[in-house]
Amino acid sequence: MRNFKRPVAIVASASFETPSEPSRNEVELLLPVIHDALGQVGLTQQDIGFTVSGSSDYLQGFPFAFVGALDAVGAWPPIRESHLEMDGAFALAEAVAVLQHGHVDTALVYAFARPSRGDLDRTLSIQLDPYSVAPLWPDARGLAGLQAQAMRDSGRFDSVPEVPPTHVADGCTAVVLAVGDRARELTKTPVWITGIDHRIEAPALGVRDLATSVSTRLAAESAGATDVDAAYLHVLYPHQELLLRDALGLNGQPVHSSAGPMMVGGLERIAAAAKAVAAGDARRAVAHATSGPCLQQNLVAVLDATAVLEGAAA
Amino acid sequence: MSNRVAVVGVGQTKYAAKRQDVSIAGLLREAATRALDDAGMTWADIDAVVIGKAPDMFEGVMMPELYLADALGAVGKPMLRVHTAGSVGGSTGVMATHLVSSGAHKRVLVVCFEKQSESNATWALSIRLPFTGGSVTGAGGFFAPVIRAYMRRANAPDDIGIKVAVKDRLNALNNPYAHLKLPDISEEMVRESPMLWDPIRYLETCPSSDGACAIVLADEDSAKGTPNPPAWIHGTAVRSEPTMGAGRDVVNPHAGRDCAKDVYAQAGITDPRRDIDCAEIYVPFSWYEPMWMENLGFAAEGEGWKMVDDGSTSFTGDMPINPSGGVLSSNPIGASGMCRFAEAALQVRGMAGDHQVDGARTALGHAYGGGAQFFAMWIVGSEPR
Repeated sequence: MRNFKRPVAIVASASFETPSEPSRNEVELLLPVIHDALGQVGLTQQDIGFTVSGSSDYLQGFPFAFVGALDAVGAWPPIRESHLEMDGAFALAEAVAVLQHGHVDTALVYAFARPSRGDLDRTLSIQLDPYSVAPLWPDARGLAGLQAQAMRDSGRFDSVPEVPPTHVADGCTAVVLAVGDRARELTKTPVWITGIDHRIEAPALGVRDLATSVSTRLAAESAGATDVDAAYLHVLYPHQELLLRDALGLNGQPVHSSAGPMMVGGLERIAAAAKAVAAGDARRAVAHATSGPCLQQNLVAVLDATAVLEGAAA
Repeated sequence: MSNRVAVVGVGQTKYAAKRQDVSIAGLLREAATRALDDAGMTWADIDAVVIGKAPDMFEGVMMPELYLADALGAVGKPMLRVHTAGSVGGSTGVMATHLVSSGAHKRVLVVCFEKQSESNATWALSIRLPFTGGSVTGAGGFFAPVIRAYMRRANAPDDIGIKVAVKDRLNALNNPYAHLKLPDISEEMVRESPMLWDPIRYLETCPSSDGACAIVLADEDSAKGTPNPPAWIHGTAVRSEPTMGAGRDVVNPHAGRDCAKDVYAQAGITDPRRDIDCAEIYVPFSWYEPMWMENLGFAAEGEGWKMVDDGSTSFTGDMPINPSGGVLSSNPIGASGMCRFAEAALQVRGMAGDHQVDGARTALGHAYGGGAQFFAMWIVGSEPR
């Protein structure tokens, strides 16, 4: 999706990541990060038109992870709010759609997780087909290994890196969005989301060409991810960066790859790209988020220092 | 500011305690294919797929959109998964509406589900956390004191909950998809059923169901030429408040009142009891019908029970509530809110079959979740607005 009726900008963000957070719970992790982001543009929760988050119950270890997290926001008086059981990047895509309506001008998007308390490799196994695959408990790193080998077998890559242990980290990210003139009021350096889209692929690894990322390419085409001068990629294992470079048509631009905390990493890449554009380190950047085994689902956002003309045709 | 959106297809599974004849994907496809047939569309016509359900631990599948991508025809398309506790069926409908009204997509397939027989919901809800007391009383234990507070506040007679329980089960007899079918239901039968969480009796609670409910949303152009009449979405709203807080009124939640006010304003409703022809509201425990009548503005505070007592909310009353039989008759948790939204759409499309309310042109769909803290609503009408 691109050429929004109402241009949406990232006006502030904050992130926190640590290998393992031993004592603070999810609310305690989120509270300073959300208030840091809101404080950068002088807002409080009462100024926010729509709030949306991304998290996973299985990483918290009990159901309704997002319910407790609301205490970090302060949902009183009651707020317009939603939650996706997905990486926060997908929650940001929802916020962009909601902001196309006249009744809200600002949005808060956040994501959080503390996977360090469990065995992330094994937990991710239960994302697989529950009848025929998950009972075999193939772990996330093992599946990534199959993908790396498929890349070697394809002969399309000069060298494919070994698959290191799955990155485990705890943390959270908060992003503040605003529309048009509201964004310009809030900051001198709004970073405009000129396109954002995502695509999913089939779950069965055997029906996919693991040595390419079709969903990333489709999302990038729809989001208009051309003519970028920097890339911020959500890379869970190093070989995936090669696939993403291909799918995004990158050609020598600086690439900043990171895994981040599961459920947070994609939103964090968008926030990092926005910071670079706001700082003038990039003019137009592509940010990417992934979900599922072997890059099954991918989101692409294009961030630009200049807004597309308001009222441009959808 | 935003584009018109219509419900052009609705599909439901038969709700049952255990649907062991189908996989999770099979269950969803049953609802989704019925919705596509109703819309006169195929998988290829769909631009994006949105699924909603309650906690992943209810089936033991983490982020099931990944497993369901090809079963729901989403390969190569955008796919999203919403989770907002019990309200999720409603908030998924609201989010999917945004995808169309914003111009992002023309035709969106929405499927909500729960297949409780795959796992054990009580286990999933009973995980003890460090440093917190576990009451191990289930949702009924949470809401029973709230109901007690309502009864005292409103000075309501003890048998109001019993009357709701009978009314919804009689309505369910006219709904081919309903889980509970109790043709002999009577006030006596409900009164004699075991007291689970005083004042909630066994027959005043919802069942645990497997099931899925799907809708197809379309923009104005795509809604033209669909085989069956569309239901036009006149407004959508969501509101959330914290589980605990000094200012909260759990009996008559602030978030619910705000959500209703918002959706009524969008739909041009000034007197809900006059302007709305019927409503499908989330009533997992019978007493929540009179409580929500007040929260939604159908009755003044303290007066909601009188609408039950005088039969106003019955199928033949002036304000039919839950003509489908409601959550008290079918409760596939993650889909229960979508069932309310979909049944409201069926009413204004004139497609509710034996539980069609005569002349229904404007209907409310309502869902709530968490500790009565998450709300999602929509108003649908037989004409565009």
